[in-house]
Amino acid sequence: MNRRRAIALAGFGVVGAGAAAGAAALLREDHPATAGTSGAVDFYGERQAGIVTPAQDRLHFVAFDVVTKDRARLVEMLREWTEAAARMTAGKDAGLIGAVDGIPEAPPDDTGEALGLPPSGLTLTVGFGPSLFRNADGVDRFGLAAQRPAALADLPRFPGDALDAKISGGDLCVQACANDPQVAVHAIRNLARIGFGTVSVRWSQLGFGRTSSTSTSQATPRNLFGFKDGTANLKAEEEALLREHLWVQPGDGPSWMEGGSYAVTRKIRMLIETWDRTSLVEQEAIVGRAKGTGAPLGLKDEFDELDFAVKGADGAPAIGEVAHVRLAHPDHNNGARLLRRGYNFVDGSDGLGRLNAGLFFISYQRDPHKQFVPVQMALARNDVMNEYIRHVSSGLFACPAGVREKGDFWGRALFG
Amino acid sequence: MRTPRVLALAAAGVLAGGALAACSDDAGSGGDAAAGGPIPVNATDSACEVATTDVDAGTVTFKVTNKGVKVTEFYVYAQGDRVMGEVENIAPGLSRELHVELPAGTYETACKPGMVGKGIRGALKVKGSAAPLTADAALAAATESYQRYVKSQTAALLEKTQEFVTAVKAGDAAKAKELFPVARTYWERIEPVAEIFGDLDPKIDGREEVIEEGMEFTGFHRIEKDLWQTGDISKSGPMADRLMTDINEIVAKANAEKLSPLQLANGAKELLDEVATGKITGEEDRYSHTDLWDFNANVEGSKAAIASLRPVLEERAPDLVKQLDAEFANVDTALSKHRAGDGWKLHNQLTQDELKELSDSINALAEPISKVAAVVAK
Repeated sequence: MNRRRAIALAGFGVVGAGAAAGAAALLREDHPATAGTSGAVDFYGERQAGIVTPAQDRLHFVAFDVVTKDRARLVEMLREWTEAAARMTAGKDAGLIGAVDGIPEAPPDDTGEALGLPPSGLTLTVGFGPSLFRNADGVDRFGLAAQRPAALADLPRFPGDALDAKISGGDLCVQACANDPQVAVHAIRNLARIGFGTVSVRWSQLGFGRTSSTSTSQATPRNLFGFKDGTANLKAEEEALLREHLWVQPGDGPSWMEGGSYAVTRKIRMLIETWDRTSLVEQEAIVGRAKGTGAPLGLKDEFDELDFAVKGADGAPAIGEVAHVRLAHPDHNNGARLLRRGYNFVDGSDGLGRLNAGLFFISYQRDPHKQFVPVQMALARNDVMNEYIRHVSSGLFACPAGVREKGDFWGRALFG
Repeated sequence: MRTPRVLALAAAGVLAGGALAACSDDAGSGGDAAAGGPIPVNATDSACEVATTDVDAGTVTFKVTNKGVKVTEFYVYAQGDRVMGEVENIAPGLSRELHVELPAGTYETACKPGMVGKGIRGALKVKGSAAPLTADAALAAATESYQRYVKSQTAALLEKTQEFVTAVKAGDAAKAKELFPVARTYWERIEPVAEIFGDLDPKIDGREEVIEEGMEFTGFHRIEKDLWQTGDISKSGPMADRLMTDINEIVAKANAEKLSPLQLANGAKELLDEVATGKITGEEDRYSHTDLWDFNANVEGSKAAIASLRPVLEERAPDLVKQLDAEFANVDTALSKHRAGDGWKLHNQLTQDELKELSDSINALAEPISKVAAVVAK
């Protein structure tokens, strides 16, 4: 309680400034959205879609365990997945025959709930988890151990982690993003079905309301705490920064990951009711930004560069020592930057009638141990926001470069 | 055919007193076989001597005499353990006949002392000039094969349900509890057949929540509730009688029913769906927690339906057959970890991870099985 009180007091100085800046900065929210919300995103390409693709509004993320011991069977499934993914992202059925044109006595090779819906910007992004290379017992299950990048070493335990193993980890993941939840769910459902006997669904997560922008064409959305999230995110247009912080470069590790990126997922339960009882000034002090405009405390505009030297009326720094934005800022983390792609989630209510809700955080980066880990370590140790959140699931996946053309498949560079 | 030994022996008394009175006392001689008479089979606890291993195509009769001390069974299997014919519950000292139609081919005979395991196997060659089967004939043969299976299961269902009912009426709760999952085994193996007959299925196997207004909660699960939850079966006698009446009715209907090959294919899938929806969750036997008995019986029933279709599938989709064999084996492996004595662990003794493994193995099997109907239909 002491820290909360301290930061609440520190925040007092900026209330006036934050409120005054509100009206002007609201204009910035009306960035035109360039990406159509119903069209198709190219599946084939140098990079996997779904990373710098302008963040769609909906998510269905799934992690699988591989249940077969047969490497050839796993590779065959990846081929089938790739073909189905290419079709579905183009707005077609999962199978060649389709939902309604097959033999009447046979189950259709598409489940049909996306019939009549446009492609809806669907992207499907695959990743490989550390356990695919060596399982918990150290067994090299598919002869891939030598191919495991150092960057894919297990994440450390962070202070305060309350991880549930059943909704963490996984050998494979698929991130489905779309502007229509039915389209995203359809894609995962069909891939899971194709995978029965080869993989088993370990956990999955639905998300809505993208909580970050991956393109300058997008307005900054809000998370369930009501704050703008992802203002300082890496953006698709920042090519030099993406090379430095996002895409795996030659020499970084095994060549199969060149052009790919590493995904970290964290399911962050938000203690919504407690947050909602917190005063506005304390909420803003904890985040370090004004709730209305998203502007850094002490400044006027959402996109104003954070300035930790600005003092409040009381002479103390406007952005407190343990404010979220300060702890997460590249200047305090060796310049580390992430491409965030998280989504809000609400899994109904829990047994106590509390909203079971929060942020399904996803970040992509060139090396999670140099980027995500130090940032999260700083946050886990010091962030006052920790009083209002619990990290309940964690995942780490190596997402290779894109599928170049028909015939190529997810994981070809890895499985050779 | 896993029947607990204790129960199987208990069954012997019933059989000796009733159904088998007509059986003769001698296994006959080899000379009978040569003359087209029954082929003697000497079954002991450690041997299964079939008098001849070369027979002509057509109807073949075996006369199985149990000279051991364990209750035994006798089977004729085609490739893939497709049951061509079987007799169960042959008590020590008794003999029973098996009539079975066998086209030319290679088969296996098996005695199962104690009614467990793969049995003591022997080769059986059937020669003859049977014309190659046309596709339709193969499908007809499939349904006939499955019909034989249904018949064997309904016979055992009647016997075991009667024993269960008798125990309930006698107020012997401990024995009734032992017999409950055993009687259900035969029911669960052929459940898709039972489901054809409308409201008989819910009367016999309906769970409390499926009962509509005005309909009484009857059948296996009502008595299960009496046995395990209230613990009072003093008033369960009429309910037990009613179960027997309903079982008699459904068995008569099932044996008269001519199934289509598509019903076989879909039945094989539906049995696995039963496992995936009711057994994995522990919903089915919520009072007794004997769901794994049903689980195993459903899988065996599914396997039997696929086995009947095997010749058709091997001709039309050999890769699918290989996949089904492998996935059935995986299910068996996953399930066999949970054996307990002659039966199975209770559902509430399994961890979530163990249930997940079982669920995965069922999904892996059910996907290829869902393709069988299309192969049969084309």
